[in-house]
This record gives sequence, structure tokens and C-alpha cells, in this order.
Amino acid sequence: MKRSSFAAPYGIWMLVFTIVPVFIIVYYAFTMGGAVTLDNFRLFLEPEFIGILTFSLWLAFLCTLLCLLFGYPCALFLANRDMRRATLFVVLFVIPMWMNFLLRTYAWMTLLEDTGLINRFLEWIGVGRRRLMYTENAVLFGLVYNFLPFMIFPIYSVLVRSDRNLEEAAQDLGANAWLVFLRVTLPLSLPGVVSGVSMVFMPAVTTFVIPRLLGGGSFMMFGDLIENQFLTTGDWNFGSALSLIMMALIFISLGILHRFNPDAESNGAVW
Amino acid sequence: MQEKPLLTGIDDYHLIELVDITKVFDSTTALCRMNLYIRRREFVTLLGPSGCGKSTTLRIIGGFEQPTEGRVLFEGADITRLPPYKRRVNTVFQRYALFPHLNVFDNIAFGLTIAKVSKPEIIRRVGAMLDLVGLKGMEKRSADALSGGQQQRVAIARALVNEPEVLLLDEPLGALDLRLRKDMQLELKKMQQRLGITFLYVTHDQEEALTMSDTIVVMRDGRIQQIGTPKRIYDEPKNAFVAAFIGESNILDAVMVRDERVVFCGREFVCVDRGFGEDTPVDVVLRPEDLTLVPAGQGMLSGVVRSVLFKGVHYEMMIDCGCGSLKVHSTSMAPEGERVGLSVVPFNIHIMEKVAAPGGS
Repeated sequence: MKRSSFAAPYGIWMLVFTIVPVFIIVYYAFTMGGAVTLDNFRLFLEPEFIGILTFSLWLAFLCTLLCLLFGYPCALFLANRDMRRATLFVVLFVIPMWMNFLLRTYAWMTLLEDTGLINRFLEWIGVGRRRLMYTENAVLFGLVYNFLPFMIFPIYSVLVRSDRNLEEAAQDLGANAWLVFLRVTLPLSLPGVVSGVSMVFMPAVTTFVIPRLLGGGSFMMFGDLIENQFLTTGDWNFGSALSLIMMALIFISLGILHRFNPDAESNGAVW
Repeated sequence: MQEKPLLTGIDDYHLIELVDITKVFDSTTALCRMNLYIRRREFVTLLGPSGCGKSTTLRIIGGFEQPTEGRVLFEGADITRLPPYKRRVNTVFQRYALFPHLNVFDNIAFGLTIAKVSKPEIIRRVGAMLDLVGLKGMEKRSADALSGGQQQRVAIARALVNEPEVLLLDEPLGALDLRLRKDMQLELKKMQQRLGITFLYVTHDQEEALTMSDTIVVMRDGRIQQIGTPKRIYDEPKNAFVAAFIGESNILDAVMVRDERVVFCGREFVCVDRGFGEDTPVDVVLRPEDLTLVPAGQGMLSGVVRSVLFKGVHYEMMIDCGCGSLKVHSTSMAPEGERVGLSVVPFNIHIMEKVAAPGGS
């Protein structure tokens, strides 16, 4: 038996559940009642739908940015030499990843509610209740919370394997802590950053459910729009066209990110 | 035996001084009350087996380790707590530690850009360095794409371009093959003399130390065993450890009966050492090349040839003398099993104080 035949089960799986469905989607996207047409794509050009796409991209961008701003220092902290033994901290970051994201999101709903823990606390300290749920910020918060680990881990894994000699060499050449970070640590961790950005941005653009739960349906993202076409409206043709547009977007952003990756052979980067 | 260093540029100014430096890692003592001064323009080598504390000493001077006790003085000022980036020393690291994300030019220019040197000045100085280390035309190469020898040169250029007062080198030639290592030894020595920079060099290779240094510091278990010129250390090892570590030697138990008289192998020899007292147990060092092969019955010692190896320049013979096996280097050869005599002149019988020594070769 040849080695390559070991991959056969996976090959069949891929064929049945990925390749064939893609062809079905392409078929639906370019037809309407059996006739070939571009109408499905034309419909997307409506301001309403373009608006949803822009909103999704914007929210995903903000989410990625915030994840990077919070995640990078976290990764630095975890990768710190003196911290390495403190597996406790690493575990603390991993545990949320083991739980289903729906569970985590529901948990936040009870916290953010008008009568939730946070509001009760705000009331107690005299600040007064705030509307937290069903706002754009609640959606953004939910996204950041869910995707943060996917930013931290690729960066952490690159930092943890970084050559400490290089930092010493930079210090030796006159760089203080800040310059060592700026000139050596940061540039060398870029593969991790690129990988983290793709692991957050892609799923963030395509998210559904989270905006619906925390945004209460008033903030529809692209993923929700696609879901609606298949499950609510029943317009499989339009849904397929939207899916193809999304796929194209993902490939484009992957391509852009790839250009930012200093070593494309990906040194520890996941993608 | 007063000996002037080979290089005349050295003045007696103590550029760096280590005062009572002790370094303890967890519970092991890496350095124990070490005192050392380094003179301006001197080529000092810290020599010893791995774990003797030589690299730790270098890292303390570079600022990467803090001594547990003691002080580091630079031009008389205490720099013990000064961070590495404020010290006027630069390091050539053991595995070079070139920045993989920068090309050759930017690697060398790193220190100058940090110091905010003007662009034309950077181009001029990096160019001069590339000339010095023979890497002209390689500016745009990525650091990863260089051979070991070229990386080595970039590492040296990257440190030297900052015109440090002292260059610290941590086994910089360890990763190179023998031929390249020999070439680089000579080049480094030439560079040091031309630039007039103080070099502090760490190695476990005694030949390297003998070739390049003005002063050798032999270390063992965190303590200095002997400080001296290469010739002095080779000819007058202070104890059996130094003798065994520097070059090949026969080390024998002996008794100093009085000044200029020593007894070993059951016979009294005339030597040149004095001041050990009377009937004092000592170690005697006989270098293999100092033992002369003579016909049986002549000479001071006699023995049977046990083995003969041809080494190119000379033969290496092991000769059983009753009091042990002596290693002899000679251009003439006696066949295995033959009885021969050995002679040695008084000047080549080196007497050393007795210390607990590891089994030397």
C-alpha cells in the first residue's frame, strides 16, 4: 500500500463535503431557476447589502486591531523568560478556548443585561445603569473576547522560540529595552502577528450568531446575511452568490497578509 | 623571568579591573573572588575547560550578568550596575547572533543607527569595515545566506564599527573548520594590532590562546590558576592543571630535596628552581619535546619503548621508565620493545607546587 493512499479517507471527505459543495454553490450563484445569470451578484450591489459588508469589514477590522493591541502585550508577558514556568497563566488563557463560544457569549449576555451584574455594580457605585446590550460595542466586545486567544497564541509561539542572543546582541550594540523591542523583537515576531491577524480577521468577518446574540439583530453582519438567505428567506441563489463573494474576500485578504509576512516559509506561523 | 609583551602598544593603564568578583548561580559558584586587570591595547585570553567561568566573566564585563559580589571598574569608574547598552564594550557572540531580518549592511550599521550617526557617516564607516573584514560587495546579502566564516566576519565588523574601547569575543571561532580557524586567528591578531583595540578573548583551545594572546588567564572551576604571557605559561606552568591544559606534558611526583636538586624516578636531578624548601613534595613537568632520545645506558633515565606513532613533524613514543610512562616527541625513532635512554637538561625540568590536579595527559 502506498503512503499516499493513507490520505484517501480525508480525500474522500474533502471531495464530498468541500469540493462538491463549492461546485453546488457556484452553480446556484450563477443561475436563477435553471437559467445562467449574474442577477444574484447584481442584487448584492444594493446599498443595503453593500452596507452590511462594509459594516462587517469595519467591525472585523476593529476587532482585529483591538485583539492585536491587547494580544501582543499578553503574548510578550507569557513568553517572558521568567514567566515560562508559570504554566498557570498559559492555562488561564487556554481554558476559555476549550469552551464552546456560544456558552461564553451567553455568559456575557447575562453580565451585560440591563439588570445584569455589571449594571448592578454600576448602580451600586452610583454611576447609574448604562445600556450595554444590543449595541455595536457589545458586538465588538463579544468578537474581541472570542477571538483574542487566536491572536495571542501564534504571537506567543513565535516569541517563545525567539533567540535571546539576538536581544542581547542589540543591547550590546547600544539599544535600550524599547529599541530592542522595536528593532529586534517586533520585526522578528511579525510572522506570528500575520498569522494571528489572519486567524482573527477571517473568522471575525464571517461571524454570525455573536452579532445576533449581543447586537439583538439590529447589527447584521455578512455572516448573518448569508445565514438568512438559506434559513429564513430561502433564496439559495443569492445566498450562494454572497458566499462566493465572501470566499473571494478571504482569498484577497490572505494574499495581502501574505505580502506582509517577512518570511513566507512561515516560521512558526500557523497559516 | 620578566618578560615584556610582544606588542609594544600596551601601556600600563588598567582599562578594566575586576575586583573580588564572585558569581553564584542558584547554588553553584561560577566565579570565586576573581581579580583581574586588563591593560589598554592588550590581547587577553581567558582559557579553560567548559564550566571554568570564562564565559561568565565575559558576560559580567559585557553587562549581561550581575556579579553576586565584587565590582567591575572601567577606566577607574564603577560600572557594575551599568546596563549593557551604556557600556563602551562590544561583543562578538559565540554563535554570532546576527539579525536574521537584516542584510549584511544593516547588521553592521545597527549600532550606528541606534547612536543616530548621520547617514553618510554610516555608509563610510560600514564600507570601511566591510573592507577590513573582506566582505565588500556583500552589503545586500541576507545574514542567513552567508557561510559560517562570512557570518563570523559580519559579527566582528558589527562590533568593531562602533569603535569600542574593548572587544569581547566569546569563542568566536568555535564553529569554524580548522583551516578557517587558523586563518581567522591570524587575521584577528592583525586587526587588533592595527586598530589598537583591547581584546578580551574567551576560548578553550590552548593553541589559539598561545597564538594570539599578549596575556593568558588560565581558569578552572571559577578560579584563576595562572596569569602570564603565552611563553611564560607554557614554560613555567604554575601547577599540574595548567601544565596539563597547555600543551602536552608528563607530570611526575617528585620531592624537592633542596634548592636546585629534585628527586624523581628514583634519582636526583639538577634543576634551576629555588625556594621550595627542603624535602618538599612537588610536581615535575617534562614536556615531551624536551626529552631527548639517547642510546641505552646513556642519559639519566632508561626505559622500554611501548608504542610509536608517526605525527608528521615528529614521532610520539610512550616509554616505560619504571616510574611511569613518559611521552616523548622526537624526530628520531626507536622501534617498539627497544631499550633506550632519555636525557633532559636542567632548564627543562619544571617544578610546580603540588595541587589536587585532574588526570592530565
